[in-house]
Amino acid sequence: MTGVVKVKHSSPFKANWWGRFGWVLAILYAIYAANFLDVSWTRFVAGLGNGADFLSEMIPPNFTRWQLLLGNLLETVQMAVIASVFGILCSLPIGLCAARNLLPNWVTWPFRTFIALCRSFHPVIIAILFVKAVGFGPLAGILTLVLASIGFIGKLFAEAIEEISMKPLEALRASGAPFSSVIVYGVLPQVLNRFIGFSSYQFDVNLRNSTMVGIVGAGGVGGTLFAAFQRFDYDFLAAILLSIIALVMMSEFMSVQIKKVFQ
Amino acid sequence: MSEIKVNTWERFTFGERMARFIVFFGFALALSISLRTVEVIPEFLLDAPTQVADLLARMWPLDYAYYPQGIHHALMETLHVATLGTLLGVLMAVPVGIMGANNIVRVPALHWLAKLILVSSRSVNSLVWALLFVAVFGPGPLAGTIAIGFRSVGFVGKLLAEALEETNPGPVEALTAAGAPWLSVFVKSYWPQVAPAFWGIFLFRWDINVRESAVIGLVGAGGIGMVLDTALNLFYWDRVSVVLLSIFVVVIVAELLVTNIRKRII
Repeated sequence: MTGVVKVKHSSPFKANWWGRFGWVLAILYAIYAANFLDVSWTRFVAGLGNGADFLSEMIPPNFTRWQLLLGNLLETVQMAVIASVFGILCSLPIGLCAARNLLPNWVTWPFRTFIALCRSFHPVIIAILFVKAVGFGPLAGILTLVLASIGFIGKLFAEAIEEISMKPLEALRASGAPFSSVIVYGVLPQVLNRFIGFSSYQFDVNLRNSTMVGIVGAGGVGGTLFAAFQRFDYDFLAAILLSIIALVMMSEFMSVQIKKVFQ
Repeated sequence: MSEIKVNTWERFTFGERMARFIVFFGFALALSISLRTVEVIPEFLLDAPTQVADLLARMWPLDYAYYPQGIHHALMETLHVATLGTLLGVLMAVPVGIMGANNIVRVPALHWLAKLILVSSRSVNSLVWALLFVAVFGPGPLAGTIAIGFRSVGFVGKLLAEALEETNPGPVEALTAAGAPWLSVFVKSYWPQVAPAFWGIFLFRWDINVRESAVIGLVGAGGIGMVLDTALNLFYWDRVSVVLLSIFVVVIVAELLVTNIRKRII
């Protein structure tokens, strides 16, 4: 007699009830939040009609005031360039001082707090405070972008330093090198390439942000954009938007090229 | 006597050195031109310390009593705008991301369409998106939610497409060979491989959106930004400081939450 062995096959793809429950919860949340925010289908549909009007007023874009537009874009680029250079120069020492594997904790924590503070506020909020402190104009925007750059590059640079190999540093220390030589010959060669990568990315980000801080009066093309919006000057608004997109794409292309040079 | 040929080793070729030089020179030139032509009014800079002292004096003491009556509801609104906007963005980003992954969709035209959508979503700032949608839907959180969603599409879609392109083709081939339909192939072979990355991207974007939804109110798109704008326009600096403090707390809490969840799932 041969016994028939019954093998129970379970499906290789098990049903994940917790996962399905999670999806249901997400849908319920979406309905609740939509109610909370007073988001309704009728408003949405009414908006679509407005949207059609809005688009028809935007087309064709009005480039007749191109001199004003060009001047504003130039100011935007100037702000981005100045802020990037100073932001990068400041974040080099600040990032170094925030790396926990090089310096004792009592040195790093003030710098890390400073970086966290720079990062936690949106550039627009920082711009509002700087507009109050140094008045309307590009200077407020530049200071804002410098702080934003320190927040971003400083953090990434500190993290990059914390990941380096400690062996060259030990070798340098063992041969009696002073701290500055340890930094210049042990740390920087290991992280400089990544630092350049972060910097070219940050220039890109600064250019994008410098088109926006003008909304609160901190210089650049954002001020004109907001004014055009408030005057219902939608065809000029379309022209500004198109030129901002062109500018951002150009800078993205340039930052790719710069990264290629340094690879 | 034979001549001794000495090899000199150089790290970079002449072309590479020139390229680097051009980049640095270009930046130095741009900086000097910018510094000379930018319109900075020095009197304003000299005046800054007194202005900052004045600002701090006006901000202190904080008007905590304003939190329950004016801020709490707006803060909740901001969080809902961020979350709902992220959900909306992800919902729109999944098809675009699939279209953009060149190992799944092999039609070049669709691929370029996806690229175009992703780039245009990212190159318009969230404040500008908010402006546009305020014009379309009128002031309020609806415009903000949709703006946050549209802004998120580019980010989530790009990262999702990259994650999909990095998947191992083994499980996909196995399922295709067994005759599974397209949807099953996607759900059972691509999805399990990209799920951790997907949730990571989702959380990361949510964290960014919490920050951004706090400011889009400045152009009328709902949330705590509108409270901030009102307080600023009326020069209630003690209320401004409470608003800033509450934004700060929410942002920090969101970041801590995201880092902890990410540690668990990745």
